[in-house]
Amino acid sequence: MELVLDNKVLEFVSDFKKPETISKVRKQALDALNGMDFPTTRVEDWKYTRVGKYVKKKYKQVQATANVEDYTIADLNAHQLVFVNGYYDESLSTIKEDDAISVHKIEELDEEYYSDIVDGTSENVFSLINKAYQTGGVFIQVKKNKKANFPIHFLHVLEGEEVIANARHFVHMETGSKAEVVATYHSNNSENSFTNVVLEGHVESNASLTINKLQSEAKNVFHISNELFVQDESSNFLINTITTGALMTRNGLEVIVEGENCHTEMNGAYLGTEKQHMDNHTLIDQLYSNCTSSESYKGVMDGKSVGVFNGKVIVRQDAQKIAAYQSNKNILLSKTASVNSKPELEIYADDVRCSHGSTIGELDEDAIFYLRARGISAASAKQLLVAGFIGDVLDKVENEALRTNIDELFLNDFGWKF
Amino acid sequence: MSNTYTEEDLAKNLQEQEYKYGFTSDFKSDTIPVGLNEDVIRLISSKKEEPLWLLEKRLQAYRAWTTMVEPDWAHVNYPKPDFQAISYYSAPGQTKKYESWDDVDPEMKETMKKLGISMEEQQRLTGTAVDFVVDSVSVATSFKKKLGELGIIFCSFSEAVENHPELVKKYMGTVVPHTDNFYAALNSAVFTDGSFCYIPKGVRCPMELSTYFRINEGGTGQFERTLVVADEGSYVSYLEGCTAPMRDENQLHAAVVELVSLDNAEIKYSTVQNWYPGDKNGVGGVFNFVTKRGLCEKNAKISWTQVETGSAVTWKYPSCILKGDNSIGEFYSVAVTNHFQQADTGSKMIHLGKNTSSTIISKGISAGQSQNAYRGLVQIHASADNARNRSECDSLLLSDRSGAHTFPYIECKNSTAKIEHEATTSKIGEDQIFYCQQRGIDSEKAIGLIVNGYCKEVLNHMPMEFAVEAQKLLEISLENSVG
Amino acid sequence: MLTIKNLHASVEEGQEILKGLNLEVKAGEVHAIMGPNGSGKSTLASVLAGKDGYEVTEGSVDFDGVDLLDLEAEDRAKEGMFLAFQYPVEIPGVSNVNFLRTAMNEIREYRNEDKMSAKDFLAKVKEASNLVELDNKLASRAVNVGFSGGEKKRNEIFQMAMLEPKLAILDETDSGLDIDALRIVSEGVNKLRSKDNAVILITHYQRLLEYIKPDFVHVLSAGKIIKTGGKELALELEEKGYDWINEEIAQ
Repeated sequence: MELVLDNKVLEFVSDFKKPETISKVRKQALDALNGMDFPTTRVEDWKYTRVGKYVKKKYKQVQATANVEDYTIADLNAHQLVFVNGYYDESLSTIKEDDAISVHKIEELDEEYYSDIVDGTSENVFSLINKAYQTGGVFIQVKKNKKANFPIHFLHVLEGEEVIANARHFVHMETGSKAEVVATYHSNNSENSFTNVVLEGHVESNASLTINKLQSEAKNVFHISNELFVQDESSNFLINTITTGALMTRNGLEVIVEGENCHTEMNGAYLGTEKQHMDNHTLIDQLYSNCTSSESYKGVMDGKSVGVFNGKVIVRQDAQKIAAYQSNKNILLSKTASVNSKPELEIYADDVRCSHGSTIGELDEDAIFYLRARGISAASAKQLLVAGFIGDVLDKVENEALRTNIDELFLNDFGWKF
Repeated sequence: MSNTYTEEDLAKNLQEQEYKYGFTSDFKSDTIPVGLNEDVIRLISSKKEEPLWLLEKRLQAYRAWTTMVEPDWAHVNYPKPDFQAISYYSAPGQTKKYESWDDVDPEMKETMKKLGISMEEQQRLTGTAVDFVVDSVSVATSFKKKLGELGIIFCSFSEAVENHPELVKKYMGTVVPHTDNFYAALNSAVFTDGSFCYIPKGVRCPMELSTYFRINEGGTGQFERTLVVADEGSYVSYLEGCTAPMRDENQLHAAVVELVSLDNAEIKYSTVQNWYPGDKNGVGGVFNFVTKRGLCEKNAKISWTQVETGSAVTWKYPSCILKGDNSIGEFYSVAVTNHFQQADTGSKMIHLGKNTSSTIISKGISAGQSQNAYRGLVQIHASADNARNRSECDSLLLSDRSGAHTFPYIECKNSTAKIEHEATTSKIGEDQIFYCQQRGIDSEKAIGLIVNGYCKEVLNHMPMEFAVEAQKLLEISLENSVG
Repeated sequence: MLTIKNLHASVEEGQEILKGLNLEVKAGEVHAIMGPNGSGKSTLASVLAGKDGYEVTEGSVDFDGVDLLDLEAEDRAKEGMFLAFQYPVEIPGVSNVNFLRTAMNEIREYRNEDKMSAKDFLAKVKEASNLVELDNKLASRAVNVGFSGGEKKRNEIFQMAMLEPKLAILDETDSGLDIDALRIVSEGVNKLRSKDNAVILITHYQRLLEYIKPDFVHVLSAGKIIKTGGKELALELEEKGYDWINEEIAQ
């Protein structure tokens, strides 16, 4: 097929390694991409995040190997699945003996089956590019009424310059199952590289899934993730998203609640310095009654960084007795940092309790003085207050090994102790 | 208790509640044929005997409008008006101007009475000066003399063009330029009349100034323009009431209101909007697409208060540009939607000056199958050191077929700012109703109490007489609610 | 220990609050500063602790040979100055323990002392919280968040016990306390008194002075100390109010 050069999407993918076989799923995505364009800030969902600059660059899909020792988490004791530049690296991965889970490569799945489970998921130009050109990923199945014996660690590394990583995963939580996924994102010598990852999942009835996402890529790469989960009745879904890395980050997260008595929780901490841009874009779509959701995102922006929060809760008609809470709080540490916050409620049922709050400000001057009056230096006082500010989000990470790892990251990156 | 009045009953009553002000006045109108082109604009201008500079402004706006598209980002759904099917000028038949209240057509006086605004009485009891606009043409301005003594100019827009062209020229379009948005451009091209008010330096306007707008003629659009200029150190409280008769087609209302609050001045602008909302099946009603904006210079203040119960579709964001240091912007709003009404309303607070502060209090009440959205923007520019904003947006749902939506946009580019936004959406509290009942208050009264209390914070910001009227409008939703 | 000479201070807006204040406090002493609302009591506390928003236009404050006014707020604390706040600040997310440990370590570092071991620290926390009958659980909660008025004030004295200052300034510590809490707070302060430290009580009422016996009572009015006496002066003030002093001076 000849390339139409004025089509920006086709231009963008022109250096990608073409997939060996065009499966039905890929074919659909390729078709859908035809005639699509990248969003501008005139598109409401991308109002505060400009991608034009990053999608004009060219990227390659390059299989590589990496030293992942630095990125493994001590004492996490997890199934470790390693993806370098979006390619699954079996040799670096360790899958433990665990009767509760099964791990398959996405490309080894039955095509009909896979096309079925990803059918009807909402897509945008980036998730479609990923779908059409994905280079690897895993399909995790947590078996009925079983609890995974170990956390499942998706370890992603960008290796080398101007590469794009199109990894794509699916986590299938069968009825009554329970598991924790840890997804980490790192980079090495990877200026102007691009993570374009998709993580999907289905949490069946009575199942419970926790995801901890930690993105600490270098401040010269771009990160767009699309995460989409469907919850069935009486299920639990918790995701904690911690972002300190990448020059431009867009965390797109959608949870469709398709059953009663579900609980959905999303927490996020984003800490930006220099010229980092961090966008958290979330949606919780409540279709059934008697569900609760809670969302708490906190940002600390320093330097010339920009923080964005755009969270939406939709309560559909007849989805009664929904309690939904949304909170976005931001601290600006420097004069040149900025924040755009857009929490949204769209409610079509009446018997609901929904609320949201959003604050932006500096650190509390009175609190700083109080600490200084107790002998704490101004710098330590600020550090304490910042730590206190985001601490309750980090506390949502119950996995101690991971929490220790996060604390170390903050200490190394910002000199912040908890 | 078998005869307990429930929320369902309230919702039902609300649904059955019909529009009170639905009647057409039978005075003769001078209406031009439908359609819009440059000739129509020339015709409007010549009918109004306007100076050339104003015609040029109109044509400029028209040309800009033809390049614009109707906005579609609001959370509303309606058949787009056919702008060639509207008559852009409809004046009551008499062309002569009224020298005094006694000259006013008795039929029109009757109309005002039906609206509950007996002007004589208002003049006597409240000392309110009223400018009355029917189908965009101003017919009577009372108390002109008394105001004149203080140097206050309060007159129809046309009179201002004729008698105070320098002021109109200086301020018109400075706050809402004709390129601002689709409807503002349309208004700037075809506006027929409206009100003008100027308060000289240091003068505190001793009475409330009031304008009543009414769409009367079928198949017309109303495009009035209001310009209020408060010169340095002055104060004015300005009231605006709106009604329209029942008609089964949609009528278009696209007004522009510009406020200029110079150094140390204060403008308080209150609106009770009760345009015809359409019937309970969603037929008819006014499309209310209004651009209202005020500019604050140093230490100036602008306060918008609105009670919105009317219109089929509302698209309205009274805003403040806080340009001067230490200036203050306020927005207090109650918006009630019922049946198939749709409202997308809120405010924009643009902070440019240092130590500027703004407050947004919005109360939405949705009944029937209506959709009620708050949309607001708080923007802190890098220059706005120590800016403060507090926003509270609450939505009350009275029906499981209605919708309540909250879309705040908060943009902050200055670290010394402090911004707090909070919003809640809930059903009227069963526990509150029960608590009242337990204290001996019947459920109907309880609901009345709760809804009134819910809006109190906003009503408190209205001038007394107006608040009473606004409260009455709200009560319409609650009366006859004994099951 | 503390010598204040001809202290003049204004708020940032320019209004002068302190207008030539003199005060001498020696180790082992307790001084009470009383005065009507707006006399400058809290301004004095804020200026001594180094709060932003005040400008010292004239005068000096010597604290054991150190020019206090030259120091940052935290360094004043490290030198041994402690202010018990009239309105203790709530700090969400920062636990009392973490907060105090940070403060103690920084103070110790400043004094070239070793860090306190976790064990010693916890023992001290226990001891100090017993002193003001503060529930141990409060120590692990965020600083002052969700504390009642009385708990906040007891927390101030608890911190004082932990940090062992040379000079403690108690700014209206008695306001908003019921009689039990007042007794607990006062007893705490009394137990912490020694020949090496000093206390300045800033108060509106004589009530507190029944529990903590001052050596000197000063009357502050319009930014100056206009009368100094023993503890009997406080009783006289309670009885007659402040106006008679002004009259006395006028004569």
